[in-house]
Amino acid sequence: MSAKIKISCDEATQICDKNQYGEASISEKIKLNIHLLLCKHCKAYTKQNSIITKLMGKYLDSCDTSKHLTVNEKEELQKNLKEKLKS
Amino acid sequence: MSDNQKHTLNPEKWIDLYADYLYNYAVTRVDDNDFAKDLVQETFFSGLKGKESFRGEASERTWLVSILKRKIIDHYRKINSVKGKKEVRMNFYSEGDKKGSWLEKAVPREWGNEGDKDIENSELKMVLEHCIHNLPEKYRMVFLLKTIQNYETEEICNELGISTSNLWVIIHRARLQLRKCLEENWYKN
Repeated sequence: MSAKIKISCDEATQICDKNQYGEASISEKIKLNIHLLLCKHCKAYTKQNSIITKLMGKYLDSCDTSKHLTVNEKEELQKNLKEKLKS
Repeated sequence: MSDNQKHTLNPEKWIDLYADYLYNYAVTRVDDNDFAKDLVQETFFSGLKGKESFRGEASERTWLVSILKRKIIDHYRKINSVKGKKEVRMNFYSEGDKKGSWLEKAVPREWGNEGDKDIENSELKMVLEHCIHNLPEKYRMVFLLKTIQNYETEEICNELGISTSNLWVIIHRARLQLRKCLEENWYKN
């Protein structure tokens, strides 16, 4: 039942994950916070989860420009594309 | 092509102008260098094939990206039905009195001081990459779509034909596994 206030660690961490995307509802957040008062494991999880979110943000920034095709790979692409252009 | 069209296509220049950009776009999303390269190639091929449908409303690059996007989604959809071959680890008791509580071996440990080190540290970036790579493919793709591509929840669900609650369960499992992997490979005290 969605009305119950007490939730398991599995449910609490799932709400925590949802919350990383700002998509947990108010009632979910209330349940999560009550759970966190009583559960140190889930508290640790919550802390680490936001570290992961931050890491992922930085990871994307650092990836967007960092990878390149090699000259050889480009030549191969060019060759294949040329053949297609002819046909 | 008529004169009132703003944008035109120049396939001869595609590789020089867009190959790196598209490759970067693909590789962050599919997490597989070779496959990303294939996707770029296929994007150019589809672009050639569909040249007639280009109306010049968007720039050449935007148009190519939209083709690539489509291909990434198609790939995701294909693997969506395949069961991930990578190990899925349990984190909570699945039955009994303790159902839903942390399994002893899965309990989050205190992370060392390294906790605030950030991604500038390239070793940490490598560990993160490794951990993302080790997620079962289905988890990885939904996680990446949501976290990196910032897709709307509804959009992902529609594209992949899964329910919202299903999506959150997948994200949940992906993040649990990612956390555990980072703990074991980086944050261990």
